[in-house]
Formats: sequence, structure tokens, C-alpha cells
Amino acid sequence: MRKIWDIHGGIHPPENKAQSLDHSIEFAGIPAQLILPVSQHIGAAASPIVQIGDTVLKGQCIAEAVGPVSVPIHAPSSGTITAIEDRPIAHPSGLDDLCIVIDTDGRDTWHQPPSSRDFTQLDKATLVELIHNHGIAGMGGAGFPTSIKLNVGEPNNIKTLILNGTECEPYITSDHVLMREYSRKLAQGIAILAKLVQPEEILLGVEDNKIDVVAGLQNALKQHDFSALTGKATSAEVITFPTKYPSGGEKQLIEILTGKQVPTGSLPASLGIVCQNLGTAVAISDAVIDDRPLISRITTVTGQAVTKPRNFEVLLGTPVEYLLARSGYNASINNRLVMGGPMMGFTLLDITMPVVKTTNCILAPTEAELPTPPPAQACIRCGLCAEACPASLLPQQLFWFAQGKELEKLEQHNIADCIECGACSYVCPSNIPLVQYYRASKAEIRQRDADMQQAEHAKLRFDARQERLDRLEAEKIAARQARQAKAAANKAAQAGQDPKAATVAAALARVGAKKSALEPTHKAPASDPAPDATLATDVDDPVQRAIARRATQQQADTANPAAALQRAVESAEARLKKARLRLTNAEAEQDNNVDAFKLAVDKCQSKLNQARAALDAHHAAKNL
Amino acid sequence: MFELILTNPFLAAVLALLALGLVFGAVLGFGAITFKVEGDPIVDQINAILPQTQCGQCGYPGCKPYAEAIASGDLINKCPPGGEAGIHALADLLDVEVIALDDEHGMEDIRKVAFIREDECIGCTKCIQACPVDAILGAAKLMHTVIVSECTGCDLCVEPCPVDCIDMLPVATGKNAWSWDLPNPTVNPSPIIASDREPGRKDAAA
Amino acid sequence: MPLVQITSPHAHTSQSTSSVMLLVALATLPGVAALTIGFGWGTITNIVLSIIFALALEAGAVSLRKQPIGFYLRDNSALVTAILLGIALPPYASWWIILTGMFFAIIIAKHLYGGLGYNPFNPAMVGYVVLLISFPIEMTRWAAPLELVSELDTSGVSKPTLIESFGIALRLIELPAIDGFTMATPLDLLRQNDALMISDLKQTYPQFGAQGGLVWEWANLGFLIGGLFLLYRKIYTWHGPVSMLVTLSLLAAIFYDGGSSNSGGSPMLHLFSGATMLGAWFILTDPVSSAVSNKGRIIFGAGIGALIFIIRQWGNYPDSVAFAVLLMNFAAPLIDHYTQPKTYGHS
Repeated sequence: MRKIWDIHGGIHPPENKAQSLDHSIEFAGIPAQLILPVSQHIGAAASPIVQIGDTVLKGQCIAEAVGPVSVPIHAPSSGTITAIEDRPIAHPSGLDDLCIVIDTDGRDTWHQPPSSRDFTQLDKATLVELIHNHGIAGMGGAGFPTSIKLNVGEPNNIKTLILNGTECEPYITSDHVLMREYSRKLAQGIAILAKLVQPEEILLGVEDNKIDVVAGLQNALKQHDFSALTGKATSAEVITFPTKYPSGGEKQLIEILTGKQVPTGSLPASLGIVCQNLGTAVAISDAVIDDRPLISRITTVTGQAVTKPRNFEVLLGTPVEYLLARSGYNASINNRLVMGGPMMGFTLLDITMPVVKTTNCILAPTEAELPTPPPAQACIRCGLCAEACPASLLPQQLFWFAQGKELEKLEQHNIADCIECGACSYVCPSNIPLVQYYRASKAEIRQRDADMQQAEHAKLRFDARQERLDRLEAEKIAARQARQAKAAANKAAQAGQDPKAATVAAALARVGAKKSALEPTHKAPASDPAPDATLATDVDDPVQRAIARRATQQQADTANPAAALQRAVESAEARLKKARLRLTNAEAEQDNNVDAFKLAVDKCQSKLNQARAALDAHHAAKNL
Repeated sequence: MFELILTNPFLAAVLALLALGLVFGAVLGFGAITFKVEGDPIVDQINAILPQTQCGQCGYPGCKPYAEAIASGDLINKCPPGGEAGIHALADLLDVEVIALDDEHGMEDIRKVAFIREDECIGCTKCIQACPVDAILGAAKLMHTVIVSECTGCDLCVEPCPVDCIDMLPVATGKNAWSWDLPNPTVNPSPIIASDREPGRKDAAA
Repeated sequence: MPLVQITSPHAHTSQSTSSVMLLVALATLPGVAALTIGFGWGTITNIVLSIIFALALEAGAVSLRKQPIGFYLRDNSALVTAILLGIALPPYASWWIILTGMFFAIIIAKHLYGGLGYNPFNPAMVGYVVLLISFPIEMTRWAAPLELVSELDTSGVSKPTLIESFGIALRLIELPAIDGFTMATPLDLLRQNDALMISDLKQTYPQFGAQGGLVWEWANLGFLIGGLFLLYRKIYTWHGPVSMLVTLSLLAAIFYDGGSSNSGGSPMLHLFSGATMLGAWFILTDPVSSAVSNKGRIIFGAGIGALIFIIRQWGNYPDSVAFAVLLMNFAAPLIDHYTQPKTYGHS
């Protein structure tokens, strides 16, 4: 018996998995319309290579990868492209994103019928390319392009390949049924993975609430000679461990199976570990052996608002609406539709959103099943959250600092190591939405870092520009002084004095000029502790002039919005006049840019009209 | 001598205080030299907080001059791009009261970048000269374009353009830029206790 | 139904702050029962008056802060504060003592700091210490155990009924003037003692029981049971209380001195006298004002245990749980700073 380790914290929420386990996987069918977001993975969005009106066949590539961190997208069924536009996508924000819409023809014609391939004959590069070209991205959590994760190089230091069969979230059973019914394919996928990363051991981690699949998995794994694939004495084991949420987090699973903690900020590969999702392994088997791109996945539809909870094999792009209709969905008793599980899933605001590569569950609970949280009470620092935190953080302290927006304190308390599993919020007796605090704070930290970087960069460029301007100015002065010195020397020479003395005088003058030329550069940054705006106009620099202009404008402008509008009208009028003048000049000179100036006049006119309208509207509103 | 001190309590007290003063003075002097903090000059620290848009909305020709002005006593609320967060950071650094942004210098706005409608550009280079961070690329009689990653959104290039072909567009938002907001705790109409105040709300009493 | 946008997680435990507080309040029952049986209805009048004043003050403070009153009263935190202060006060404390204590506990120590969750000090202990310093006579006049009263006087007045007790608490009826109605507590005797061996002390004064003080040992046992119940219900972890009790016992054992006249009393005497168990299981476990990590709570508890013994042994007050807890409340942020647990992936 292999030793297993325990993780800190964790919780035992009601599992609610039995509801969807009664039935075997059912093919959901071909919906009338498939909506395929071009960004279903982490990294750059894929770029559509089809046009509206094109006929596409099943498995045909419809959007290609852009850059290295991206994957292509394939048509899940045959039909016609009817739209390439922004549609609501499966994302917590509920925002729209670019989607390719296919009206299916129901014939489901293959672009290239699946064939069979012997993967053992393929080299690693080909395997990685196949995985990439078939659009495979991690199907468990974030959707990271799988080919990058597997491109571990040669020779590599990977010792352990971990297959994540934990599925610790309540309700979700898609991996469970996958292990139950697709064990052969899964073993094939694992074999391909083994050939790719050449581990010394393969560990398939399964929580002990799925004990029924273990025997089948062991049999399936026995069909493969992993040592032959890796060239090492590779063993493959199915390991069960006690059910606890969130054992299925990658970092947590690694600790349970190996006792090691992934150092913060680094990847499991730094410990010689590669972790893969089960769905991904099956997709790899499909891609490499059957030449079938990732066009469908297994998704659990469950919750008390559906009468027929079960697992579907779903074409990607299938609207959630379609799946729910097939499951006996009762919209009147459901006020929260969750994509993913109850711990980490996000709510959908629109049931037309499509299933994507990472959609493992659609949860339609009733209010009684997952009640809406009551208003948050005060944090009494009971510490239950710290007991539950799998990352050994102090959630109550993080909450405190997040409220006060103390970003540095948050960083000191390692907010970056929060995996947003929700265990803290689950146990919180005061119903504080802790995870939301952490997400918002993390975003704020990211934004602050980006801003700081941007500011630093802008400062460098500003300083460089300032230096350049100073240098040019100095050179100009130096040239002038040199000219004067030369003239003086010439004059002196003409006067018939000692030519040697004249040369010396000229040299001295040059040195002096150089010195004075250099001085402004040295002094420039701290020349005047409080330079005022008028000073700026003395310098011949368009930036400073623009700034000075603005300063005078601001003086004229008061907090009164009418004045600002009035100013907008005036400035538009002035600009129009200027534009007209330029146009007449240009026309007189037969300039090539006459058209551009004409356009500018038109635009100024329309802007003036707008400004006037705004001013009128303001007056009207004021008079009301 | 010793007797004199003993019999004269006033003298004893003065001497004792003097001795204590000397000892502590020596300790403090020693500490000041040994544990001297080699910090940034205050101007650099202020400048590090300013957003470096170099937009001049504060009335100074760039961020550094404004930093110098703050160091010599100017108000900290004249930087709209830095916004409320910037004012808080400056208030923390300088240990002064947080004050509301002075809207005479503009409002806090979402981040924007300049965008040149390239088919309308006549290649006059006026915007190139106006850009404080050299973020516009182009040459005389040739079309110009803004290097988005370098643009600070100061909008100093908009005014000089003779054909008005520069727009200030919001920086792309989308699902990647989206994030959850901080939850809004129970709303309090008139908080009298500090913690009752909504985070981020400016209060006259603050 | 319209779909809503809520952040994950979507599942929650059913345990709420209100129910936790209620559980803590219920867990005091065995101890309260022991006190009532031992000292009469005085403890009950204390608690009832405390609760009434606490809820009224809480409601007043919350409404001044223009917040929903019902929502804040329902968190039951004022209830717990009231019960704890009611237990800590000498039985038959007069109403104005209780009102003053509750005012300092609820208004000064809690709401002026920002309400529940923001108070750096344990409200009940703040109220208690303010009273102890302001009204030392009233606060140290502890009722005598009933069984000793009966030995001294059987006139009936000395054993007030519940109604009479309320009369006494409201000072409508004069406190029985007889000498034996109040009596020095065992810890008082221990502090004043400088001539007798511990065993002789126990022989001389009937206030001592088999292990701790008469009645006190039963009350402490009651609070121990209540605390173990809360521990079993996972309301808090063992770290704070156990650390405090172990530290106190260790120090008591070291300074036991064979029961000489200089002795501070045996560990058992310390564990089962005064407010030891109440402090360990109900006061220092107040999460708001204690250290946050488990390691921090061990240090926090040990500090309280040590301070209790130091003040009992060498200080000027017979019991010292309130002082010890408040002093360690000061130290809690410092302890937190140095006991931040090691985060996953950090070495």
C-alpha cells in the first residue's frame, strides 16, 4: 500500500453525486445551432478562418491558433456558418465575446472520417503537434493548452505523471462516469502521455467515494506496457484516498500523492511532476489514435430543478438551454444556474450560453437546495476559515486587509497562494463572501502592478525624451557659441594680432561653450523646486506649450459645467475657423492634402454642432 | 563635593537630569548615525507614486515637477490620472490628510489611449512633437500611428492635430480584464463610526 | 425565476454566527446552575438584568449608528457578553453596577471600536475591570455559599427567593445586613494568608471545598463541561484553553511549595477556584479579541495562564482572569504578527 499524505484544512460538503450516476453517458444530440466562442482556453483567442455562409463539415478547423499559447477550434458537426459575432459566453462576467455560430444540417458529415493510428510509432514532436492541432486544452479547470504542458523537452526531469480523477466538487460526476465507461480510452490516453513525458511512475488519484471504478481502471491500465513506452521501469497505479474537498486541486493532489508542496510561483514541473485531467487524457487518445479533434465532452447536468439529472456527451457549442430542455428543466423553481460545481462554478445569466471545453457541469439547484446566502454578518474571527483553508492561509486576516484595500498586507499574507476553492466561505458562520473579496483584491493587485510597470516605463521614456531635447538644445547653443568664437578669432586675426593667441582664445571659447552646453543637462531635473506653468512657455517645447495651454484653460474653467461646455463650443469654433483657413490655403496652393482638410472642416463642423447641442441641452436642463 | 550634593536636593536633581540628558543624548546620537536610513529623497518617492502620464493636468510640466512642487508644499489632489488611490498613497507617504480630488484639474477617468485614424492623417508630425513619451511613430508627410503599449493617455496630442484625427479610446476591456468587485457590505446612510463607512467613500468628517 | 449572479461558492454550512453565539450562551448553563445552587438566585438576577440592559444598549447603539437593529440583535453577541458579565459579577449586584458595566462593555468596548468583530478587547472583561476598579467594595463582596449561610442564620431573609432576589438587585429590598451573607472567597483567603499551611487554611475556613472552593469547584466543573461541549461542537479549537490551563497548573505546581504558608495553592485549587474555567472556556476563546492562528492561540493562552497565576500569587487582586485576558488582548496583534502559519508552497 502506497503512503498517502493529508492536506491542511478541507471540508466535507454534502456530495450529491448519486443523482446523476444512475444513468450511463447519453449522447445529447445535435442542436439546431452551435455557438463556438473563439476563446475557450487560457491564452490568445483563436482566429476564425471561415466566413459567414461557408459550409463546414464535422471536425473541420474553423479557427486557428494565434501564437504559441493558443489552440484551434473545430466544427463539432456539419452545417453552415451563419454568424461570427459577439454572443454571451460562459464566463463569470456574463460578458459577450466573439463566437462562430453554425446552423447544423443534421447530417453530421465528417470532414475527415476518424481513422486509426498506432501512436507507438510516432515521435514526440508529432504527438505534441497532433495534440495541439486537435484543439486540446485542459478540460478540468482553467483550460490551459495541453500541448504546452506536455512539451517538456528532452531529456526531461519528469518523474511522476499524475492523473487527476479526484473530482472533489459536490454534484459533478463527469469524471466519475468517464472512468466508469471510458476506462479503455483513458488508459490509451495515459499511455500516450507516458510516451510523451516518460515518467518513472504514473499515479491515477481517485477519491474513495468512487471506489467502484478502481478495478476497471486497473484492468485497463494492465493492457499497456508502460515500461516499453517510456524506456524506464515505469509503474502505473490507481491510488484511492479519503474524500475531502478540495483534494482535486492540482497542488493539493500533488501533496496528497507525493507529500511535496509545489513551491509558490512555480509549476509542478519544477518538482518533476506533470498533472493531467482525465477528460484531457481521453481527448488525447481520441486525437492521436482516432484523429478526432476535440469537438465534444462529457458534462453533468444535475440539481433539483431538473427532473432527469445525468451525464451527457455534449457537442461543444451546444447551448445550455438545449441541454436543460433534454433534462426536464423547470425554470420556475431555479434562480441560480451554475456552470461548474457548487464550490467553484460561476453563475450564468443567460441560458443561451454554450458549453465549452471546460464545462464539466451544469447545476440547476432549487432555492431550498442551495439557498441564497443571507446578508453578511460581522466577522467574529472565529477562525473556522483558517481551519478549512487548504493553503494554510489566514482568511480572516485577508478579509480584514481586503476590506481596507491594504494591498501590501495582503501580499505579505500570501493572497497569491489562494486557490479560490471557497472552503473558507463555505464554513463562514457570518456568510461573508470571502472568495469575492480575494478575487477583487487579486485583480486590484494585478492592476496596481501593471500600472506601476507602465508608470516606470513612461518615466523612462519621458526622461529619455527630456535628455534628447536638452542635448539638442545644448548642441544648438554650443554651435552658436562656436560660431561666435570663430568670428571673434577671425576678427582678431584680421586685426593682425598673434595668430597663436587667437587659436588659444578660440579653443577657450569652445571649451566654455561646451561647458555651458552641458550644464543644463546636469541641472535640468532639479533646476527649480516649484516651476510654474508660465515658465514652461519660455522653453521651445511643444509638450510644455500644450501643458501651458491646458493650464490657462483650466484657470478659465471652473467647476461650473456650463463653462466647460461653453469652452467646448468656443474651442470647436476656433478649430473650425483654423481648419477653414488651412483648407483655403491648401486649395490656393493646390496641396495634395486638400481632401484631408475638407474632411477636417466637416468634422469640426459636426463637433461644433455637437458641442452647441450639449450646451443647449445643459441650459434646457437647468431651466427646467 | 558629594556632601554638598546630598545636602542640596535641588542641585542633585539638576545634576541627575543633566546626567540623564547626556546619556540619552549620546544614545540617540549614536543611534542616528548607526541606524541611519538611506532613503530615497522625498521627491523620488513622490514621483514613484505619480502615474507618470506626463499629462500636465496638474498645471506642472510633467510628473517630476509636480513631485517637486508637492515636496515643497503643494496640495496632493491635483493628479486626476492617479485618482483617489494616488491621493491615498501620497497622503500615506507624506502623513497628511486625504483630500478629495480637485476637479479643477479634471476628473478621474478610465484609462484611455490615443488612436490615430490613419487614413485621415496628413503626416504633419505635430502630435509626434507633442507626445511626452515618444509614443507616436511616423515622419513628415508619412502616416503616423500610436504605439498603444507606450501611450499614457495624456491626450496632449489631440489639441495640436490640424485635421483632428486623434481619438482617445478606452483601453480594451473584455472578459480578460473583467474582475469581481469588492462586495458591498450593508449600506449605512450616516455612519458615525469609522468602520461603518463604506470603503472608498469620501466623507467630510474623514 | 430570474437568474442571479453570485460569486462562488454556492454551498454553505447551515451554521451561523447567531447559532454559534446561542450555543455559547447555552453552554454556560451547567456552570450557571452550579452557581445558582451554591450561591442562590443572585447569579440569575445578575444575568437577567445584564441581558435586559445589554439588549437595550445594543439596540440604542445600533440605531444611533443608523443600522438595522433587528439584524444586529439577532447575532446574539450582546447576549453572550451579558451572560458572561452577569456570571462574573458578585451575586445580587445592584442594578446600577450592572448597567454601568454593560455600558462600558457594549458601548465603550464594542460599538465605539466599530461593533462586533472590531473590538480589540473582550467587552465583558472591559466592563468587569471598569467596575472592579471603580467600585472595589461592591465588587469584592461575594455572597457566601448557601450551606454556610444556613449554618449562621436560618431566619429566612438570608436565603432570598427569586422574587426577593430581584428586589435586592433593584435595591428595593436592602441587602441582608447580617454578617454571614457575604464572605471572603477562597482566593481572597489564600491571598491574605501568610501564617497558615494550606491544609490548615482549608481546615480553618469552611469556604474551601474538596479541591477548590466550596461551590466554586462545582461551578468550575460546570464551565469545564460547557467548554468541552463547545469543543466537541467545534466552536473553537483546544489550543487556547488547554494552553492556559496547563500553564496555570504548571506554575501552581512549581510554586506550591509543599503547601507552606507562602504557597500559592495547589494546581487543583487554582483550576477549580475563581473564574479559571469560565476564563479558559468562555472568555479567552472569544475569537474577536484573541490571536488568530492555532500557534498564536497557544501563546495567547499561555500568556493568560501565566498572568493569572502571577496576579493571584503576587498581585493585589484575588482573582485576575479579567486583567490577564485584557493584557493579552493587547498582545494579540503582536502574537499574530509572529505566528503567521506557513502557507502552502512556502518554505
